[in-house]
Amino acid sequence: MSNEDSSPGMALKTPLLNELESGPWPSFVKDLKEYSKKRPQIVQLLNQLEESYENKWNYWLGKIINVPGYGGGVIARVSEKADKYPALANFHTVRVIEPPGWVYNTAALRNLADSAERHGAGILQLHGMSGDILLLGFDDNGSMNVAEDLMNDGWDIGGSGAAMRTLQCCVGQARCEMACFDTMKTTKFITDSFIEFLHRPEFVYKFKFKLSGCGNDCGNSIVRSDMPIIGTWRGPMQVNQEKVAEFIDEKGLEYLIDNVITRCPTRCLSVRGKELKVEDSECVRCMHCINVMNKALKPGKDRGVTILVGGHRTLKIGDTMSSVLVPFMKLETDEDLENLKEFIERVWEFWNDNGMDHERIGEFIHRVGMATFLDGIGMEPDPRMILRPRTSPYIKFEELAPTRFGGEQTQNPKVWNRESEGPETAD
Amino acid sequence: MSEKAMAPRDQGAPDYTQYLHPLMAKNYGKWDYHERLRPGVLVHVAENGDKLYTVRAGSPRTMSADTVRKVCDIADKYCEGFVRFTTRANIEFLLGDASQLDGLINTVEKDLGWPVGGTGPSVSNIAHTQGWLHCNLPGTDAAGSVKAMMDDLIEEFKTESFPNRVHLSTSCCQINCASHGDISVIVQHHHPPRINHDNMQICELPKVVAICPAAAIRPAVVNGNESVEVVQEKCMYCGACHGQCPSMEIRDAQTDTLSIWVGGKMSNARSAPTFMKLAVWGIPNNPPRWPEVSAAIRRILTAYKEGAKDWERVGEWIERIGWQRFFEKTGFPFTKYHIDDSPEALSNLNRSAMVRL
Ligand code: SF4
Ligand code: SF4
Ligand code: SF4
Ligand code: SF4
Repeated sequence: MSNEDSSPGMALKTPLLNELESGPWPSFVKDLKEYSKKRPQIVQLLNQLEESYENKWNYWLGKIINVPGYGGGVIARVSEKADKYPALANFHTVRVIEPPGWVYNTAALRNLADSAERHGAGILQLHGMSGDILLLGFDDNGSMNVAEDLMNDGWDIGGSGAAMRTLQCCVGQARCEMACFDTMKTTKFITDSFIEFLHRPEFVYKFKFKLSGCGNDCGNSIVRSDMPIIGTWRGPMQVNQEKVAEFIDEKGLEYLIDNVITRCPTRCLSVRGKELKVEDSECVRCMHCINVMNKALKPGKDRGVTILVGGHRTLKIGDTMSSVLVPFMKLETDEDLENLKEFIERVWEFWNDNGMDHERIGEFIHRVGMATFLDGIGMEPDPRMILRPRTSPYIKFEELAPTRFGGEQTQNPKVWNRESEGPETAD
Repeated sequence: MSEKAMAPRDQGAPDYTQYLHPLMAKNYGKWDYHERLRPGVLVHVAENGDKLYTVRAGSPRTMSADTVRKVCDIADKYCEGFVRFTTRANIEFLLGDASQLDGLINTVEKDLGWPVGGTGPSVSNIAHTQGWLHCNLPGTDAAGSVKAMMDDLIEEFKTESFPNRVHLSTSCCQINCASHGDISVIVQHHHPPRINHDNMQICELPKVVAICPAAAIRPAVVNGNESVEVVQEKCMYCGACHGQCPSMEIRDAQTDTLSIWVGGKMSNARSAPTFMKLAVWGIPNNPPRWPEVSAAIRRILTAYKEGAKDWERVGEWIERIGWQRFFEKTGFPFTKYHIDDSPEALSNLNRSAMVRL
């Protein structure tokens, strides 16, 4: 065992934390206190946390260490109070790529628990907001050794830094009738296809994929990933009119009108007698009616995905919601997956060639403009990418800029850089 | 140290097929519908009539190896060893035999002490981050405040009594790892960073200057050393520089506060996804139980439950009744700080003559 406790006699003193032991919700304090009886270093962890509670102050600093051959995955933490809490001098987190959809058997969970305990503090977090399995409390050697053990047991280290990050997806076809594509398989496919970009950061900044089997977006993709992949379908929704009639008999016509018909964002539902009519060409696949009437209604049979781009939290340009990039793509055959891979490569190439240091792809698109971005990745503009066209008439029409005074044809720069153009041209 | 110098093995994502409950593997892509049998218990019915039962329970997310083993013992006894976790740190025990449900629920609640619930129109477990337990940036704790809040919301977790589901999240700095929720708690700083000029790492200077969203940081020579200075009027106390450089301390135990944001929604159902908006600011950061946060959340939930129509999420309810009513019904003051001053600000004004009088 690493992180050997050098002061095994230290007493646990946590009056403030103790207040988090009572109450009906499961208490991590109670759990860790119990566990500290056999793992004395956790006494130090809890005592330091107690000081944080007392002083409303944090005592962890970051540093950088890497498993040889890897450029990320160890989130290194050193305690400012290492003199007092020597077991916390190096107390790193190791990120481990989770099974897509967070499915486990107990052999796998026991294996993680054993590895976490053998080399570190034996604390697990299921899961980090990045999707990864987090194992806590390794010193430098412990981090290497746990990585070695985990890899021998078939796991792999998660992403951090300016890299493709660990993917995350909803349960999808494994247990959900709404799923319009195989989220787990696609997650594994993208992870494995680009694993070198996950392990060795070489992008201008981080890049996250999250996958959801339908517009309900249980994978939380649209604001939390650079490239959400969301299941959808073409053509008619599947409607079982017998079950519609049963729904009306059970819930009443009023319920149907108040909670289904009038809630459709594009007003494409109507009811005639006990029959539900769907104007399929106007349905935007929002999933609401299917959620409410999940026995009567199902996504259509010609399924695929909508790919969006650019979501991230406030830094630096303000919260950015992903927006539509590929309105529809089939994602069933191996060939479809290869197409997806090729598409991702095109997007990455243009972003990484032209993006600035620390520029998420959403910020990049904001800077250069979606039209330039589409040009750059070789995609045609599509009205489904926008809510409405522009209102500003200040436009550089490439086709309509004639040669002046016999001089050179004016050429629009490929990437319009607002910063280099100065304030008078910025809108 | 193991100097075996591991060559990167690049093994990729685990083979999930080995972790699928046999009924999941058998009916993969062939599910017909699902029902909620009671709060926390789902049954998914396959096209061939197979039934897979799910018992969802709230986990503390941070757990000891021994607790993980206890979970495994339960899953071995009732679930042929198969479980899964959700985006919001719930665990799902999976089983094919309905007669085992009561025993499983009892064991999970009594022996493990984890509440069963979190399905349908309930308050689900709170998406949260590392906090004082293990991050280098936090102004508050995460697991502890979640524990305190969920103690207060446990009945809301265990029943399905809301118009629609309520997703909560908390983040302990403005990087906001836990992202948007129907109701979300984040830390707010009130001063520019305090710079420790003696500890500036020159190599990181360009990165520190570049990270500032307000362009408030510029290189400067201080006491003969290369360092940075912050244009105080430009700084908006976001703390991005602190994430880049530990010598730019943004936190202040005396003055940092918490704020509550409402109306984030990721789902596309009915209406397009939305960001959360500021509801309440200036809440004290008050460990170990943050009672003021729980009280404010309770007020929002009460108003939502009373006012929203079936299926309306918090944000949809507020958009329908208008923000004026939201502040009336919750009793929180509307202030000048609620008015957006970001680049998007104008589009967030009421640009119409449509006013409730
Ligand atoms: S996103 Fe859709 S397919 Fe995935 S779990 Fe949620 S409802 Fe099911
Ligand atoms: S899925 Fe949404 S848009 Fe389509 S018919 Fe149903 S409610 Fe309307
Ligand atoms: S929200 Fe901030 S402080 Fe909290 S874990 Fe994330 S980066 Fe750390
Ligand atoms: S706190 Fe934010 S705005 Fe202020 S200097 Fe740091 S990065 Fe810039």
